[in-house]
Amino acid sequence: MNAAKMRYSGWALLREGLAGQTGWSPAWHDRDPAPRYDVVIIGGGGHGLATAYYLARTHGITNVAVLEKGWIGGGNTGRNTTIIRSNYFYPESAALYDLSVRLYEGLSRELNYNIMFSQRGMIEVAHSEAELEMMCRGANAMRINGVDIEILDRDEVLRLAPLLNGDLNCRWPVLGGMIQRRAGVARHDAVAWGYARAADSRGVHIIQNCEVTGFEIERGRVVAIETSRGRIAADRFGMAVAGHSSVLAGMAGFALPLQSYTLQAMVSEPVKPCLEVVVASSSHGAYVSQSDKGELVMGGNLDRCPSYAQRGNFPVTQSVVSSLVEMFPSFATLKLMRQWGGIVDTSPDNSPILGPSPVEGLYLNCGWGTGGFKAIPAGGTLFAHILATGRHHPISAPFDLARFASGATIDEAHAGVAH
Amino acid sequence: MQHFPCPWCGNRAEVEFRYAGDAGVQRPTRTADDAAWAQYVHFRRNAKGAAKELWVHSGGCGRWFALSRDTVTHTITGSEPVA
Amino acid sequence: MIPSRRMEQGGAIDRAQRLRFTFDGEAYEGHAGDTVASALLANGVRIVGRSFKYHRPRGIYTAGPEEPSAILDLRLGNRHDPNARATLEPLADGMELRSIHANGTAENDRLGFLDRIARFIPAAFYYKTFMWPNWMAYEHRIRALAGLGRVDLSSRATSAAHRHVQADVCVVGAGPAGLAAALAASTRGKRVMLVEAQGELGGTVLYREAMIDGMPGADWARQAERVLRDRGVEILRRSTALALYDHNVLSIVQKDVAASANDERLWLVRAGRMVVATGAIERPLLFANNDRPGIMLADAALLYTRRYAVKVGNACVVATGNDSAYEVALALRQAGSDVHLIDSRPERDIDPSLAGSMRAAGIKLVPATLVEGAGGHRSVEAVALSNGQRIVSDVVVHSGGWTPSLHLYCHAKGKPSWDAVTGSYRPGSAVAGVDVVGAAAGLWDLDAMLRNATEIGGGKAGEAPSSGTGVRQWTAPTPLPAGKSGKRIWVDLQNDVTIADIKLAVRENFSAVEHLKRYTTIGMGTDQGKTSNVNALAVLAASSGREVAGLGTTTFRPPFVPVSMATIAGSERGELQVPIRRLPAENIHRQEGACFREYGGALRPAWYGADADAIARECIAARGNAVVFDASSLGKIEVIGPQAAALLDFVYYTPMASLAVGRARYGLTLGEAGIVADDGVVLRLAPNHFVVSCSSSHVAWMAAQHEAWRQDRFDLAQVFIHDATAHWATIAISGPASKRIVGELGLGVDLDDARFPHMSVATGRFAGRPARIARVSFTGERGYEIAVPATLGAPLWQKARAAGATPLGIEALGVLRAEKGYIYVGQDTDGETLPHDLGMGGPRAKRQDAYVGDRSLFTPAASKPNRKRLVGILVEGKAPIPVGAHGIELKDGRRRSLGYVTSSYWSAALGHPIALGLIEGGLERASAAIELEHLGQRFTGRLVPPCFLDPKGERLNG
Repeated sequence: MNAAKMRYSGWALLREGLAGQTGWSPAWHDRDPAPRYDVVIIGGGGHGLATAYYLARTHGITNVAVLEKGWIGGGNTGRNTTIIRSNYFYPESAALYDLSVRLYEGLSRELNYNIMFSQRGMIEVAHSEAELEMMCRGANAMRINGVDIEILDRDEVLRLAPLLNGDLNCRWPVLGGMIQRRAGVARHDAVAWGYARAADSRGVHIIQNCEVTGFEIERGRVVAIETSRGRIAADRFGMAVAGHSSVLAGMAGFALPLQSYTLQAMVSEPVKPCLEVVVASSSHGAYVSQSDKGELVMGGNLDRCPSYAQRGNFPVTQSVVSSLVEMFPSFATLKLMRQWGGIVDTSPDNSPILGPSPVEGLYLNCGWGTGGFKAIPAGGTLFAHILATGRHHPISAPFDLARFASGATIDEAHAGVAH
Repeated sequence: MQHFPCPWCGNRAEVEFRYAGDAGVQRPTRTADDAAWAQYVHFRRNAKGAAKELWVHSGGCGRWFALSRDTVTHTITGSEPVA
Repeated sequence: MIPSRRMEQGGAIDRAQRLRFTFDGEAYEGHAGDTVASALLANGVRIVGRSFKYHRPRGIYTAGPEEPSAILDLRLGNRHDPNARATLEPLADGMELRSIHANGTAENDRLGFLDRIARFIPAAFYYKTFMWPNWMAYEHRIRALAGLGRVDLSSRATSAAHRHVQADVCVVGAGPAGLAAALAASTRGKRVMLVEAQGELGGTVLYREAMIDGMPGADWARQAERVLRDRGVEILRRSTALALYDHNVLSIVQKDVAASANDERLWLVRAGRMVVATGAIERPLLFANNDRPGIMLADAALLYTRRYAVKVGNACVVATGNDSAYEVALALRQAGSDVHLIDSRPERDIDPSLAGSMRAAGIKLVPATLVEGAGGHRSVEAVALSNGQRIVSDVVVHSGGWTPSLHLYCHAKGKPSWDAVTGSYRPGSAVAGVDVVGAAAGLWDLDAMLRNATEIGGGKAGEAPSSGTGVRQWTAPTPLPAGKSGKRIWVDLQNDVTIADIKLAVRENFSAVEHLKRYTTIGMGTDQGKTSNVNALAVLAASSGREVAGLGTTTFRPPFVPVSMATIAGSERGELQVPIRRLPAENIHRQEGACFREYGGALRPAWYGADADAIARECIAARGNAVVFDASSLGKIEVIGPQAAALLDFVYYTPMASLAVGRARYGLTLGEAGIVADDGVVLRLAPNHFVVSCSSSHVAWMAAQHEAWRQDRFDLAQVFIHDATAHWATIAISGPASKRIVGELGLGVDLDDARFPHMSVATGRFAGRPARIARVSFTGERGYEIAVPATLGAPLWQKARAAGATPLGIEALGVLRAEKGYIYVGQDTDGETLPHDLGMGGPRAKRQDAYVGDRSLFTPAASKPNRKRLVGILVEGKAPIPVGAHGIELKDGRRRSLGYVTSSYWSAALGHPIALGLIEGGLERASAAIELEHLGQRFTGRLVPPCFLDPKGERLNG
């Protein structure tokens, strides 16, 4: 029961404008769960919806359900600071995140949904010679990995972000930086909605307000799940439930190498365009971009203690804000308008976990930490491959859960690259 | 802006403390297999709700203690010294 | 000149004080006590801005923090606020105000035509177009149309330090309920705090008629204030609660703070109990063109009339479905306006005495009728009623009911519940430590509020103040428009969201509350939906055939009102953002001409002198004569007690228990994942007394690591850790002449090489105080490290200088240690480096006992032959390879990284550049030649053992 959709375009808007905008059909339908699917994806965030889309598009598997305990895109997909980049140190990570950036580049047209991917470039600012040297180490790795990275001198950084504090006598002067020009920001909600619409039109069932309450496991294999809307059976189950990965794993009887923390994000009141690039500083532990609506979108380090509260505390808010007004002194008169928190599942090496779980038939897409949004198209592509074939994609293989026992971790956190 | 009850110093602001993992974890010996060792080094209970956590009063007395804390509501239900 | 709409008498303004200000270049005058909004209204200014999307003319709509439209650029002296809310800003003399979003002025906006193409750009239209060729082709134009005010490039605002206070009870809001709660709470010897957004206590009783304890409400509030002050209650005026955090910590922004450069201060109050008495916010009515200038909320009109003596209009229409607007109608009538009162309720549902008093005052009451639409473009000119009548009017004030302000309660994770009778949310689930009183609790009868608040405050109901001002139906669900007029009805004025937009979203299945909000942007402006959220829910429910109760609420995200980033930063500015650590003898280094840089959070001399050869000169001095180096920031962690040796043996990868008294040993520490965490020298001063000398930037971590394992595995009475780093100043003297120089310091230690060989430690005296002297080397030369009490660092340095040692900065030290292949952990190691990667595999091979990280050294990955290992790298020519260059190989036609250069210098001693690096396979690679790449440049290098000078270590005794 594929649901045909009216194609979105400027012409369609004009036509509908004359007709009172009454001809639009639902972006996706709310389905009731069927008793059985080929594949059930737990989690209706960006990764889950993208996985369903690629299962249908790439692998022709359309008897798929995406279960969402609340509303789609309501977890970290709708709470992050929308940065997309692939400036990672290790080749394994670069392959993964650069696949994602490449998919993002064509995503609006592919989905026929404007996700507003703005490749405005992202600068990481260096405040010391030592930091510049570390950046060169990273930049060279990225260039060898095929990622577009340039090292910028101080003048160039200040030219691209003229409101940065140019005082050489400040606490952390701008000495240079590193830019990925293909990096940028996108409209986070639209990514979820665009994938949902495209998946729905290919027959995927999107089921909101459907919470998983238990796993039915027979001889080490999951055969069905219990949900708030009844039992659902499937050949394979994938979980993409950032913020609740350990909870679901616990339900299925295993533990994960994850710890959940609050990550705050905040926006200022909207102002006219004043920042054309994304700017991050690891010394300051803060990053900022300006949304198309004009708000400064800001974030920083994790809150201090494990939490599922989706609620940030003041010390981290203060540290993010003070960092940004030190970096951009003229931001001091702007007002903070809104602040919120998401739950991020951090892994020991700050790299995601993709692949089989200890329970047969249940597969993992988790541990993205603070960086899941940028990976949605790649995460979806790879997870769809895993769920369709039962085997790893070459790009996902290094991210298997087994790496923690074998010692083959991919430690991006200690590679000198800021997250 | 949580207040944690240090067993020695009483209620103090969360900024004085550092989280140090699950309470009550036993360190395996050298004979542990790769999986058991990885469980110890990398895996976490990561409980949603009632949790028993190891904290250190790093900005105060420096002592380690076990804190019973709800990770959803942030309600504290007790703290005790670790052996 | 009396402004045209200012009434001759009344109000709480000081008519003696005239304040001049400008708006969009025009000069106006107001009075002390005015807000910017009241002064603009008094001057008859109608259009104060343009709407965000359609650039429709907009006027002042409210009198509080919920204002969606009157947002202005404000300048006053050094102060600049690009998005000031006119309704919250007290007027000041000399204020320059400008509209912010118009292209031109608010009156004449060149973008006003956008409203005429509105039908083609409904909510969320941008998701459906701008895809070809890509979004960036359109984005800059769209962005230029968005945003409110402009950042002032020259602004450098700062704020006062935060105040942290504790209270037993903190009452937020000093309306009648808040005052009653504070009065009850303060009788019991408790520390009580009262927080009020306005400059005066009383809330609504300052401008609404109410008798309390037999006196007018405003008098009662003044009396209450005196009582509270006498009882020591701390009263914060002009202070708005922003957010309620975990464990009952409330953030508050206080205005008019003289001690603060931006007039603001942030308070953080931790209270045993929070009493939320934040009142309620009036909801608009929904009718066509309900956004026209001259249309405002009824309560705001009352406030402007009574507090600011503004005659808001000549022909007023008051539209409502509840009793609260009746007093407004009366006040407008008393101000001399012609008043029509349009009530959606039938006559039988209206309190006859209320209706009677209206009619007696000459107000034309029209029951059972809705306002369907407003006429006029730049200002409202008339309204059309559902009974077909058209009323000419220059002002329409309206009340759709009241919405309790539950922001703080919701910040604390309270779950509000829907009250269908009043058509709004009220507190639902109980939240420990948080009580909600008054209108915020959904109470509308003054006596009920006072009784309840008194009880919540800890008093008995009988002690409550009493009013007798009865209210029958203060609030009611917002009546929804019935007909399909085809005209647009605004729900969110700031973000230009209409009922049609909500219906479009529902049609497209964006009907979850959060989806609706995000898709249409309703409630996401600077007012955060204070006037629009509940109306949006009502329209959503009606459009999707559901009950509001089943929709769920949107999340109230802090802060309650936008707050200046300078105020949030507080004192975390400049050097105080992250304070830098300094050496005890910093002044001496300054006198020596040191160039300072920050290393790992400490400010240290990089080199001495301004000449280009400084570093090379220092290197030559070290190898040829002697240098003196301030090593005070190096760790000095004392480990003391019978189990000290056992603890160090566990914490260190390198065994330490076998160290003899009076000797020193270099060693590595690992994390439990086996990764090298620090290196340093351990000194054994006595059988039970060790000193751990770790890297400067790892001191805190190392002290914590020792303390952690001490408490985990050892008898606390048998071993003790003390980080004594800050107590000591340490200078290192190194070079062939160092023995002579140290001898001249007169430390009283026998320096004879036989009795004091390399890696020895002894205690002597300097200036009558203990001095610890260790024979260790960072340079590969004979070296001595002398630690004295911190205050003696400067004299010790001066004495070493007098004896002929040359000052050595960190940069030259980096060269000297690299010549020897001595690593810097964190620079020459990374997040994968295991000890055997550094050529220190001995303990891994030999130790059988437990130590931190032990098992991690034997995973499959730890035993792979092609791990990255420490090597030396030599290149031809005079130019050092840049740090961060990667070794590369071609594999399957692609370049692949083999590792990278971690340290690289010109070696003056050797006359060629040297480098250290981590390279796959290390010296066991098949070929010593390696291709290197740096930002497109290519180099050819040769891998050599990571020691370039004196591999046998003979210079240590030279």
